[in-house]
Amino acid sequence: MVKNSQQRYSSANFISAEHLDFLHVLITWKSVVSLLRPLLLDVVPSVRQTAALGLGRLADYNVDLAEAVVKAGILPQLVRSLPEENRYYKKTAAFVLRAIAKHSPQLAQAVVQSGALETLVICLEDFDPGVKEGACWAFDYIARHNPELSQAVVEAGAVPLLVLCIQEPEIALKRIAASTLSDISKHSPELAQTVVDAGAIAHLAQMIPNPDAKLKRQVLSALSQIAKHSVDLAELVVEAEIFPVVLTCLKDSDEYVKKNGATLIREIAKHSPELSQLIVNSGGVAAVIDCIGRCRGTVRLPGIMMLGYVAAHSENLSMAVIVSKGIPPLCACLIEEHEDHIKAAAAWALGQIGRHTAEHARHVAGANVLPTLLDIYVDTRSSEDLKMKAKKALKNILQKCTHLPALEPLLHDAPPSIMKHIIGQFSKVLPHDSKARRLFVTTGGLKKVQEIKADPGSLLQEYINTINNCYPEEIVRFYSPGYSEILLERVESYQPVL
Amino acid sequence: MAAASGGREEGGSMAALARLQERLSELREEYFLANRSIDEDRKIKYRAAVKIQSWFRGCRVRAYLRHLNAMVILIQKWWRGYRCRKHFRKMLEIQKRWRGYYVRKYIHNYYALKKYLQAVSVNNAFVRSELQEYVEMKENEEKMKDLEKKEKEKKYQARKMHYLLSTEQIAGIYNSPFRKSPDPMELLLRNSKPLSHRRKQVKSPFAYELCDWPTCKKPPAFVTALPLPPIGRQKPQGPFRDTAEVLWQRYKPLEPTLRVAESINSPLEKAREGIKREEWRNPIHDNEFLPFSSYHKNENEKYEPSLCKSGKYVREAYGTKHFREVYPDKWIADKDFRTVVPSIFLFEKFGKTYSRAGQIV
Repeated sequence: MVKNSQQRYSSANFISAEHLDFLHVLITWKSVVSLLRPLLLDVVPSVRQTAALGLGRLADYNVDLAEAVVKAGILPQLVRSLPEENRYYKKTAAFVLRAIAKHSPQLAQAVVQSGALETLVICLEDFDPGVKEGACWAFDYIARHNPELSQAVVEAGAVPLLVLCIQEPEIALKRIAASTLSDISKHSPELAQTVVDAGAIAHLAQMIPNPDAKLKRQVLSALSQIAKHSVDLAELVVEAEIFPVVLTCLKDSDEYVKKNGATLIREIAKHSPELSQLIVNSGGVAAVIDCIGRCRGTVRLPGIMMLGYVAAHSENLSMAVIVSKGIPPLCACLIEEHEDHIKAAAAWALGQIGRHTAEHARHVAGANVLPTLLDIYVDTRSSEDLKMKAKKALKNILQKCTHLPALEPLLHDAPPSIMKHIIGQFSKVLPHDSKARRLFVTTGGLKKVQEIKADPGSLLQEYINTINNCYPEEIVRFYSPGYSEILLERVESYQPVL
Repeated sequence: MAAASGGREEGGSMAALARLQERLSELREEYFLANRSIDEDRKIKYRAAVKIQSWFRGCRVRAYLRHLNAMVILIQKWWRGYRCRKHFRKMLEIQKRWRGYYVRKYIHNYYALKKYLQAVSVNNAFVRSELQEYVEMKENEEKMKDLEKKEKEKKYQARKMHYLLSTEQIAGIYNSPFRKSPDPMELLLRNSKPLSHRRKQVKSPFAYELCDWPTCKKPPAFVTALPLPPIGRQKPQGPFRDTAEVLWQRYKPLEPTLRVAESINSPLEKAREGIKREEWRNPIHDNEFLPFSSYHKNENEKYEPSLCKSGKYVREAYGTKHFREVYPDKWIADKDFRTVVPSIFLFEKFGKTYSRAGQIV
């Protein structure tokens, strides 16, 4: 009789927890937790299990409920009873722990302090894959908040067991284990080194060709978190022979697989010129460029940054990016995208490509990039960061650009800070090239230069003087503003010769 | 003197003369001495002058020499610098040419760079084509999977609706008489086997108790003594025996004869048993040999010494460790007796005459 009523009671609570989002106004939170608490100590195992499940769902739904669960002191009881129970209870208890830990670092700290880590490690050693998955998930949510919690997870000895979990045949378990490793190694190089020492890289690299999309997402994310910290770790990841298999991920139908693949390649490319060279030699640049061309939105961002990093290392690599037809997609990004940070990244990448020599600047300018950059810089709606990046990119490219037809259109609408660079470039090229001088005059450039007002003694004035010295005086006077008035005055004051 | 002698000449010229002649020798001496001192003075002065002049001249000459030296050094410096600079310019020329050559050939090798970039673009094209193939292959696979799924669906539907098949008398839906040829669905129906009722899943009586069993996944299977023959099976045609009979014969339990029941290895067994008994009898103690003494320590067994050691018939320390019996209980005082009467002098010297080495402590 008692058992029946308890069972009914627990199942009633179970259902109400499920529909909590509809009933939360009616339920008084504290009383629910205190009602469920004695049911955890019940004789019948299914009542215990259902009570734990109810608690888990309550904690999962809301932060305050999770805090109430922690304050009610349920965690030590849960943790102590875990090792003796059956696998369904273990799964549910792991669910409760993860539901509490996911909300904030303080709650995760409370979970750790109740001694949950050792019991979760015991769960990880269980035979049932569902229990292992629950334990992995709990570790994941604990470790993702900050480095100290990750360190606690590592010290509990979870990492070798996680690496074993990755090798299991169940896909869901592999996914969660990969995600946990990714969250552990993202905080610091020492943690990443611990994960690497457990031999995770080889197994992760083996799973890249797996057809499951969610698994690939987590695996690529884990590898990129490991590779991002230092050159040695990036080299270790590369030695696991991920190229060229990773390039197939860039062509996957799932957006996030593409994004994470591009992130991985970016983290490897940013450390040193040799690694970037390796990526270029294996055709990675072409794959990333195609990927950028196809995708839209934030998925493009890691690919754009990767091109910027590769081009930044040396001029040969930058030339390789240009030769792989990298500039048109970047230009398209600048024009099409709405988000400021993606545009800023594209502007930065173009600046890195064009800043090395005149050849590079010519290629960049030839793609009609400069007017776009200027527009972005002048546009009032752009954020500060975007404006600064556009300005820097413009400066870098302009300082090397000697291709005058590309500079012409900029003369007309540039603000003064950019103008001085443009005029500077003209003043470097014009003294040596007569054809260019002629073109300069016919396209109205000389006229525009005369109209610029510069402070005497400033750099701009010097450049203007240099340009003016390239031409005979009559032309300069002809194009100076107000010349027509001077001529008319002369006409007025002229005494006709009769 | 002459004036004085002249003046005095009138007075006593002969006396004065005599006096003068007396003083003549002295005068001569005085004169000589005076001249000599003047001479010496002069000599000294002369030598001093010489010294000063020589020193001064030496200074001048040295200054001149120094000046000359400095000039020489200047000229040599200048000349050597000029020579070296000329030489250096030639060196510089060579180094310039060498550096230009080296840089153009190895570091900024233009042609190698061009070739490399060409190779990169070729590789890129290759990678792009491979990836394109991969994408196409994936798409094909997905299409195939979709098609297969649809096929399966269709076949399942056909099996379910097999009763829509047309008969001789009545044409089915898909086999309308106005059509030239039957609908493909009709053909599918003809080829499909009718779907039988799905067998109800028997819920095992142990299901509700499973949650208590940690690693058990299947209910425990109770094996019956005899596997039953399949029901409703058609009797196979031919001279075959009844299946039930065959199975009964196959699974008949063993009934060994007396001879077989008696172990054929019995002498051997008896010998084995004999050996076992001996081995049990012979050893000193029953505990098997364990490699480390710590194995016994956990059993909290007190060590049982043998008969020789456990009795009071032990080896006495008297004669080896100590010689006199000592009963401290019977002593009157703690310390040794002190002598009041001086001991025999001779005996004091014992062991001390030559060295203190023989002291008895």
